[in-house]
Amino acid sequence: MSDTNGKAAKQPNLKKLRPYGDILDDGTVQLSFTLPVEPSDEAKEAARLLVGKMGFDEIKIATMEKAGHGFSFFVVYANTRYELDFTKIKVIKVDSQKRSRAEIDEMIRDKIGRKLKVVGACTGFDAHTVGIDAIINMKGFDGDYGLERYQWIDAKNLGAQVPNEDLLKIAVAENADAVLVSKVVTQHNIHLRDMKDLMKRAEKLGLTEKVIFIAGGPRITHPMALECGFDAGFGVGAKPSVVASYILDEFLRRNTADSPDQVSASPSRKKKRS
Amino acid sequence: MAHLSLDRALIDRCRELADKIAAPASNLIETHSTVSIERTVLRLLGVEGAVAQKGGQSFPEANLIVDALREKNGGKQPLDRGVLYWFVNGMIQKKMPARELAAAVAKGTVDLSKLPMASDAQIMAEARRLCADALKTVVNRREQRDALRKEVVDPFDAEGKKGPLIYVIVATGNIYDDVTQARAAAQAGADAIAVIRSTAQSLLDYVPHGATTEGFGGTYATQENFRIMRAALDDESRKLGRYIRLTNYCSGLCMPEIAAMGALERLDFLLNDAMYGILFRDINMRRTLIDQHFSRQIIALSRIVIHTGEDNYLTTADAIENGHQVLASQFINERFALNAGMTQNLMGLGHAQEMDPKHPNVFLLEISRAQMTRDIFPKSPIKFMPPTRFKSGDIFYSHLMDAMFNFVGVLTGQTIQLLGMATEAMHTPLLQDRWMSIQNAKYIFNGAKDLGSEIEFNPNGEIQRWAGKVLGDTLKHLELIESKGLFRAIQERAFAEVSRTEDGGKGLDGVFKKAPGYVNPFFELLREAK
Repeated sequence: MSDTNGKAAKQPNLKKLRPYGDILDDGTVQLSFTLPVEPSDEAKEAARLLVGKMGFDEIKIATMEKAGHGFSFFVVYANTRYELDFTKIKVIKVDSQKRSRAEIDEMIRDKIGRKLKVVGACTGFDAHTVGIDAIINMKGFDGDYGLERYQWIDAKNLGAQVPNEDLLKIAVAENADAVLVSKVVTQHNIHLRDMKDLMKRAEKLGLTEKVIFIAGGPRITHPMALECGFDAGFGVGAKPSVVASYILDEFLRRNTADSPDQVSASPSRKKKRS
Repeated sequence: MAHLSLDRALIDRCRELADKIAAPASNLIETHSTVSIERTVLRLLGVEGAVAQKGGQSFPEANLIVDALREKNGGKQPLDRGVLYWFVNGMIQKKMPARELAAAVAKGTVDLSKLPMASDAQIMAEARRLCADALKTVVNRREQRDALRKEVVDPFDAEGKKGPLIYVIVATGNIYDDVTQARAAAQAGADAIAVIRSTAQSLLDYVPHGATTEGFGGTYATQENFRIMRAALDDESRKLGRYIRLTNYCSGLCMPEIAAMGALERLDFLLNDAMYGILFRDINMRRTLIDQHFSRQIIALSRIVIHTGEDNYLTTADAIENGHQVLASQFINERFALNAGMTQNLMGLGHAQEMDPKHPNVFLLEISRAQMTRDIFPKSPIKFMPPTRFKSGDIFYSHLMDAMFNFVGVLTGQTIQLLGMATEAMHTPLLQDRWMSIQNAKYIFNGAKDLGSEIEFNPNGEIQRWAGKVLGDTLKHLELIESKGLFRAIQERAFAEVSRTEDGGKGLDGVFKKAPGYVNPFFELLREAK
């Protein structure tokens, strides 16, 4: 497109942010859902009215499909009425630097002078080890080697379905600096119950000051992990080096009073909780 | 159908090695039994009751009866003679049918080890009669299934000549919601429904009882749940005029019991693998190998098609580098199944499309692996599992990955296609996720139906070269396993980068050596049964 008038394309107004379809601020949103009724003109009208109640205008029902007897599936495009002040957004993030494996190993050697001990497991009923394997096992994932590969990290993967009680016992026996917990199954919020239970037990044993507790899993977020009493949470795509780097930063924050990191560090966990 | 040109001599050599690898386990299997085999024996006689425990949970009578024979007489274990020795004697002495006696023992009103004993010959004769009757029930169930398959259209062909069967999972945790989802899936075009099990069930040393409405990541496998789902699918098969198959999980510490329940409740498919429990659930090796044999004997008689779990090797280890582990394991699984009396048309050998989608020409490698699996096991119903490892929350990209997976499946003549879900990385499938997936598969299976018979593979091309390489690597891997022995090889990470020891893992305390005079006519009767 030529812009002969010298008018540049409109810039988004961050104070009034709206979804972008093909024109700035059109508010276009894509939705799909199923209604437990047979497809019909009434079903389509019901879908339209429901989407209206959700705060949308310009509702276009792109398709209504029969997804089984008594079920109609809808794809809908509509424009939202809402907007948001992007400049006021605050997100709690894991406070850590990006580093390579070599850099992390070197820093542990120079600043700590001993290997960091890490134990990890899938806890409770959870039998899905994909996540913990990706972080701990030698191979790692997506070209980022697992913690086992680090010269200055001593990592143990305890595998699947480890009871919280056992995990903590092992953490104590191994004198662990960090505990990694992987949660994949989230049905009925079982992951939250398990995670809170672990931290309650850890608190009783007086482990929370010394040991860094980290949760990971496809549906885990950092704020959710904090709420459960963990120190950090990692979601989809978190690589071993990111986790290792965080462990290093957090260890230094807790153990070196005059570390340069201390200045920019997030408040200690005690403050976070209060 | 286009075929790869594979060195038959190498394939034959692989099968010889698999035979040698499985052989040492035969003696172990012959001379030992397990608590789960003993409980299975009772279940085959119709013992399926349970007793309410403190806390409201039900505990199976079969467990109570078997456990009671282990704790008596100090060090001496009455169970070493087989549960049937005591139980059949109890039926003779008390003149009670199996279910009545089971309830009495479970309640504690009868102590099997304190009754007067009939002669060994009398017990043996009665046990044989009871077991033969029980197997008649199994055959009867099989015939009921065959009758329904004749009454409606059955799309299944072991060799994959009718195109891949559409197989989807349901996993709500509530058997009644599962039924709703399963019916909708069948109506949308699914040919087989798998009810995913609650995540911890494989490590329970008992089978939960009754209809269940709560589970984690799936629904408990119980005999009542099997019955509820099979009844719904029978009904749906008749309404749709197409036979809909039911799948569950015959793995974990109760493997043989699930086989018996599957046989009695007319399941069609069971996930059953000779080594999966060892590698992925840390169940003891001896326990697993003994249990899988008896399970497969029952499965053979009921003509259930098993699905092996080699797809799992590719989710924990790299799919490009570890193709040979999958193939080596398929040969071993095939041999263990043959040893248990199964025929090749009942062995759904598993594999998966799990290579890194960013790898250059990744589909050439995937086609190569899928086609060679088909060509090396031409009589077996190959089970093809969808991408999971490289899936993210980008459901649109994920749907596209599934489309390419479906394309490879139809092109290479896979028998059973477990459809991928766009929301794989997010949640157990919603009704609409499953519908979308089925639409995807129907479109591609129909549109490329005969493509496989229109093409041939370039003898000097990458697809052919890769197949040759994987086959060569497989032979080397099997040679290595054979030289070390299966147990030591597993200890040294022959599969999926997992190490297990012969005495490690769960369930070893449930293994025992059969005493002289051990009674379990099922072993022999199943060997002879047709």
